[in-house]
Amino acid sequence: MKQYETVIGLEVHVELATKTKIFCGCSTEFGGAPNTHTCPVCTGMPGSLPVLNKQVVEYAIAVGLATNCSITQYCKFDRKNYFYPDNPQNYQISQLYLPICRNGGIEIETAAGKKTVGIHEIHMEEDAGKLVHDDWTGSSMVDYNRSGVPLIEIVSEPDMRSADEVIAYLEKLRMIIQYLGASDCKLQEGSMRADVNLSVREVGATEFGTRTEMKNLNSFKAISHAIEGERARQIELLEEGRQVIQETRRWDDNKESSYAMRSKEDAQDYRYFPEPDLVPIVISDEWLKEVKDRQPELRSEKLERYKKEYDIPEYDAEIITGTKKMADIFEATTAICNKPKKVSNWLMVETMRLLKENEMEAEDISFAPENLAKLIELADAGEINSSVAKEVFEEVFKNNVDPEKYVEEKGLKTVSDDGALREVIEKIVADNPKSVEDYNSGKKKAIGFLVGQTMKAMQGKADPGMVNKILKEVLG
Amino acid sequence: MANVISDETIEYVGILAKLELNKEEQERAKKDMGEMLDYIDKLNELDTTGVEPMSHVFPVNNVFREDVVTNGDGHEATLANAPEVKENAFLVPKTV
Repeated sequence: MKQYETVIGLEVHVELATKTKIFCGCSTEFGGAPNTHTCPVCTGMPGSLPVLNKQVVEYAIAVGLATNCSITQYCKFDRKNYFYPDNPQNYQISQLYLPICRNGGIEIETAAGKKTVGIHEIHMEEDAGKLVHDDWTGSSMVDYNRSGVPLIEIVSEPDMRSADEVIAYLEKLRMIIQYLGASDCKLQEGSMRADVNLSVREVGATEFGTRTEMKNLNSFKAISHAIEGERARQIELLEEGRQVIQETRRWDDNKESSYAMRSKEDAQDYRYFPEPDLVPIVISDEWLKEVKDRQPELRSEKLERYKKEYDIPEYDAEIITGTKKMADIFEATTAICNKPKKVSNWLMVETMRLLKENEMEAEDISFAPENLAKLIELADAGEINSSVAKEVFEEVFKNNVDPEKYVEEKGLKTVSDDGALREVIEKIVADNPKSVEDYNSGKKKAIGFLVGQTMKAMQGKADPGMVNKILKEVLG
Repeated sequence: MANVISDETIEYVGILAKLELNKEEQERAKKDMGEMLDYIDKLNELDTTGVEPMSHVFPVNNVFREDVVTNGDGHEATLANAPEVKENAFLVPKTV
């Protein structure tokens, strides 16, 4: 069989974290009852006029600068015309001719090494409403709460060659945008959506093959699987001497396969033209500088600061700054208890373990930094031992419990009353003559069994160091 | 009239605009559209070398709003003229 190369470009839509929609003062809050966040503008009522949200422009500039784009200092909006019930105006306000950012790129790293993925352009546009199919009436229900929510679409160059590179690119992009605070970038909730343009060609060929576009990919796993599947499908077609048809395909997550949505033959002719209801945007050098100066600390800066300010190792700093959420929790917790190394350990070990076990992402963490800080203080003061601390942390992680109250209620405090502990140990020693004999005859390891029995009798609430010490005294 | 619109073009534009035109309407639309293109041709005769393309008729730019919520629950007004409503949503013929 011939050797094939996969060529992939991405169109990534990101919902911006503004409080209001792009062209009207309706809330962008997620999850309201249908059509409660609507007005004449975002429902396309005749005579209504859009007014641009300044914050949208600033977020778009910030993302453009952080992805090494040049900013189009004279830019404007265009109308993209199409009919669909999720689009009440029968056009979407977008940017075609003068998108706000152009010619950027970000560096990614995979097992195959480092490379730069080019960004062709970033443009601002409005989101469409949401359609829900109603089986009961055989109709569709339309909710315009999402209509007019601001989006940026980030169009990459066809620079990626594997699913690994695509995931690395998306993760990097997501991290940059989250650090900027421009979006929470949740794939599951649709605040970050990726369309994958993919073609294959023989290794060494200079022309691109015919590409397909895949939609409805709402997890990194789905994206990986869709890429592998589509690559195999296209190669099979070519090997059979057939042609790849340029079309849009929809990924079915349950069936783990894609199907054709519409072919480009019966063309979407969007008849773009300049949006007459909005005036041009002029971005002065001063405005650009203002946005640049306001840019929050990005990952690489944070990483350096953590190493210097908190004296934590490079590896730990990399994991913690790997997501904005984790870095935020780290800083907030450290600010309370001033024990960066301990905070880092809880995040690196137990938090990462629980995230993995529960198939959660850092963004899903819901515990308060105060509670992690309290737990660290309890453990540090010797009020609970390390295994109890882990048990309490699971409760903090799952239910955001207050560790002080929880330890109190469940009676988990370490028994540090020497007399009570000595009493229990004396009983254990008396009950286990065999182990005592082993210990006395030089099998020093036998003490482990006695420690274990004591901890069991104390329901885990003893300080193991203290148990050891008293045991040795009792055994003479 | 220099520009002649073909039957195929008028049919295609009709599909894009979701309009069904009878024979008479089609002929009228073809004539109108031809005249519009003639007008554009006329404009194209003008030498525009060195003239910046105009993006907007008003000499105004940077009209913005601050990112502050000013609208409350608008569902009643939004749905007032909806032909059919279910659970606060517009009910429309089934879409794929």
